[in-house]
Amino acid sequence: MTEKSVEPIDRADQAAHADPSIWVDEYGDELFRYAYKKLRNQQWAEDVVQETFLAAWKSHLRFQGKSSERTWLIGILKHKIIDFLRKLHRSRKFENNIAEPQEPNDFDSLGHWKQAPKSWGHQPDKALENQEFWETFQSCLQHLPNKLATAVSMVELEGQSTQNVCSALSITPNHLGVLLYRARTLLRNCLESNWFCHPKEKNSSEKNSTGKNSTGEKR
Amino acid sequence: MNFLSCSKMSKLMSASLDRPLTRYERFQLRMHLYICRFCRRFFSQIQLIRKAFHHFFNETEQAQIPMANLELSPTARERMKEALRTK
Repeated sequence: MTEKSVEPIDRADQAAHADPSIWVDEYGDELFRYAYKKLRNQQWAEDVVQETFLAAWKSHLRFQGKSSERTWLIGILKHKIIDFLRKLHRSRKFENNIAEPQEPNDFDSLGHWKQAPKSWGHQPDKALENQEFWETFQSCLQHLPNKLATAVSMVELEGQSTQNVCSALSITPNHLGVLLYRARTLLRNCLESNWFCHPKEKNSSEKNSTGKNSTGEKR
Repeated sequence: MNFLSCSKMSKLMSASLDRPLTRYERFQLRMHLYICRFCRRFFSQIQLIRKAFHHFFNETEQAQIPMANLELSPTARERMKEALRTK
């Protein structure tokens, strides 16, 4: 990338004369890509990038130049994305009005798997390289009940400590454990049925005219 | 619920992502995973989910994804500049 050459100008000086619209040309595309990759939606990505620039402008005098300008902006962007996702999860909740699930009933009364986890193939890690997987992951996340999405986002995305999350949500560590367990189980089920064990999604890139699909399962 | 039921063990697996297990819990879990392949699967799958979270959100910027051609649209660019000017 082009940011290799960070000029050693005095940051404060630079900031004082800064025309922030230069940022848009210099970092706009990169921030946009970053946001798009996570949100998979052009409008949303543009919105968070714009918010990032505005927030950066508000606080630019405090920017000490300890990190490069680019790293600083990406740091702000990450926060904006997380905020955005949280709001999104919240509003989804009201739209869909999904009931919070009880104990995921994956187990019978003896505690054995009712529907055993299926194999996710030999290299499930490969999915992490796939942008479409992220799309699926996102929508699974969005379909979690609000409470679960919030808990899991705070722990996994924001890397907050159990203690912090518990006091922010006013719940006990035990309760948090239950929420995280449910969230993980639901995400697991969702990914299994929508990605790992759902071949037609995975190779949807090419329309296959090889009529070897005899099951009529398509669409 | 059984002593080493899958239901109970799956909760322990989730907990192990959030806190250190006690020695006894670790022992139980190891015993169970040894004999239960479905739980082994479950465990590696929820670990993958954690990895996915981290991969997508905390990845360092050098992990360039093939989206280099993606750019801000000219209108978005203008809108942002305008927003910054009027700030």
